[in-house]
Amino acid sequence: MDLTNFMSICSQIMGGFGRTLLIFFITLIFSMPLGLLVARGRMSSVTLVKRLVQVIISILRGTPLMLQLIVVFYGPYFIFGSKLSSSWRMMAVMIGFSINYAAYFGEIFRAGFEAVPPGQLEAARVLGYSKIQTYWKITFPQMCKRVIPPVTNEVITLVKDTSLAFALAYTEMFTLAKQIAAAQSNIAPLFVAGLFYYIFNFVVAWIMELIEKKLGYYN
Amino acid sequence: MSLFEIKNAKKSFGDLQVLNDISISVDEGEVVAIIGPSGGGKSTLLRCATMLERMDSGTLTYLGEDAARPDGAGGITYASPADLKRITGYFGLVFQNFNLFPHYSVLKNITDAPICVQKRDKSEVMKVAADLIRKMGLEGKEDYYPQQLSGGQQQRVAIARALAMNPQILFFDEPTSALDPELTAEILRVIRGLAKEKMTMVIVTHEMSFAKDVADRVVFMDGGYIVEQGRPEDVLVNPKEERTQRFLDRFSN
Ligand SMILES: Nc1ncnc2c1ncn2[C@@H]1O[C@H](COP(=O)(O)OP(=O)(O)OP(=O)(O)O)[C@@H](O)[C@H]1O
Ligand SMILES: [Mg+2]
Repeated sequence: MDLTNFMSICSQIMGGFGRTLLIFFITLIFSMPLGLLVARGRMSSVTLVKRLVQVIISILRGTPLMLQLIVVFYGPYFIFGSKLSSSWRMMAVMIGFSINYAAYFGEIFRAGFEAVPPGQLEAARVLGYSKIQTYWKITFPQMCKRVIPPVTNEVITLVKDTSLAFALAYTEMFTLAKQIAAAQSNIAPLFVAGLFYYIFNFVVAWIMELIEKKLGYYN
Repeated sequence: MSLFEIKNAKKSFGDLQVLNDISISVDEGEVVAIIGPSGGGKSTLLRCATMLERMDSGTLTYLGEDAARPDGAGGITYASPADLKRITGYFGLVFQNFNLFPHYSVLKNITDAPICVQKRDKSEVMKVAADLIRKMGLEGKEDYYPQQLSGGQQQRVAIARALAMNPQILFFDEPTSALDPELTAEILRVIRGLAKEKMTMVIVTHEMSFAKDVADRVVFMDGGYIVEQGRPEDVLVNPKEERTQRFLDRFSN
C-alpha cells in the first residue's frame, strides 16, 4: 500500500466516519438522560415500576444489540405494516443504540446513586432542601463523580459498537470499509478503519480522563 | 411556652419498641444533655424530633406549632408539607459523622441552604457566614473541601452550617464520638460558647463531665424510657434510680 492509496482509502472512509460520529453522539445525548430515568425507575418505591424496569434492563442487556437493532427497524413493518424508508433506517439505528445504552447507563447510575451515603440525604432533609434540590445539588453531582470509570468503559465500547449498525445496512465507517475492501480485494481499508477506531477511542479516553480530573476537585 | 416539645412519643422498628411513651420539653435558652447506654433510643429520639424518622404515635411541637399530633385513632398525622417545611426551619441537627457535602467548599456548605432553601439575600448570608467562620476559628478555610480538614474542623463547619439557618434550637447527636480527645475538647469548647450565648440545645453525649458543667438538665434514657431527669448535679452525682447509678458506675472506670 503506497501513500496515495492510503490517502485515498482514508478520504473514502472519512465519509463513513461522519456517520459513526453521528451514531456515537446521538446515542450519548439520548441514552444518558434516559439512563437517569432508568435509574429512577429501578430505584422506584413502586414495586411494579421497579420490576418492570428490571425486566426491560435484563432483556436489553441479555440479548445482542444487533438483534435489538433489527427488531427496532422491522418493528413498524410487522406491527403496522408500514413501509420502511431509508430515513427510518437511520432513526432505527439511533433509537436502538440509545435504548440499549440507556439500560447499561441506568444500571451504572443506579449503583452510583446508591453509593451516596444516606447521611447526605439526611443532612439535606434537615436543612430543608426539597427533593428536587437534593437530587440536583447533592446526590447527582456525587453520583457523577463515582460513575466516571464505568461510564468510560461503556463509552469506549460504544465507539466500537457503532460498527454494529451494519446490521441495518447503515453505511457508517466499518460498513464502508468492508465495501471498499471487497471492491479492491484488499484488506487495507479494514486496517485503516481499525486505526480510526483506535484514534477515536484514544481521544475519548483522554477526554474522560479530563472530566474525571475536573470532577475530582474534591478529595 | 416551651420551644420544643415531644409528647408520648412511640417508635418501634419491627418488634423492637425503641421509644416507649417518651415526653420531653425544652424551654428557650435551655441546654439539655441526653445520656444513656447504647441502644437506649437516644438517636432515635433525635431523629424523631428532627423528622428524619416518623413516630408511630405522639405529638411533636415547635414554638406552639404541631408538626405531628395524634389522629384520634391511635395513630399520628403529620402537618402539611408546607407547614413541615416551615417547621424544619426552626431546628438544626449536628451529626456524629458531620455529613458535610463533600463536593461543596466550606463556604458553600454554610451558605447554600440559607440562599437556596431560605431564599435569603446573598450578601446578608455571606456576612453571617463570615461571622460564623470567624467564630468557629475557620478563617482561611473558606475554599477548602471537607476532606481537606481535620475531623474537628469538619464538625465546626457542620455546626456553622446548622447555625447559618438561624435555628431556634440545635440538636447534637454525639458530636464528638468520631473525634480524637484533643479534637473533642475543641468541639466541646464551641458548644460551651453557644451555651453562654443562650442557644437552646439538646445534646446526646457520652461526655459526662461536659454534660455536668454545660447542661441545665440531664436526661437519662435506657430501653426506650426516660428513666430519670433533672439537674446535672442530681442525676449525675446522686441519681435516684439504680439504673442510672449503674450506668454512671460503668462510666467512671
Ligand atoms: N432504622 C432502624 N431499623 C431497625 N432498628 C433500628 C433502626 N434504628 C435504630 N434501631 C435500633 O433501635 C435501637 C435504639 O437505637 P438508637 O440508635 O436510638 O440508640 P442510641 O441510644 O442512640 O445508641 P448509641 O449510644 O449506640 O448511639 C437499637 O437497638 C437499634 O438497633
Ligand atoms: Mg446514637
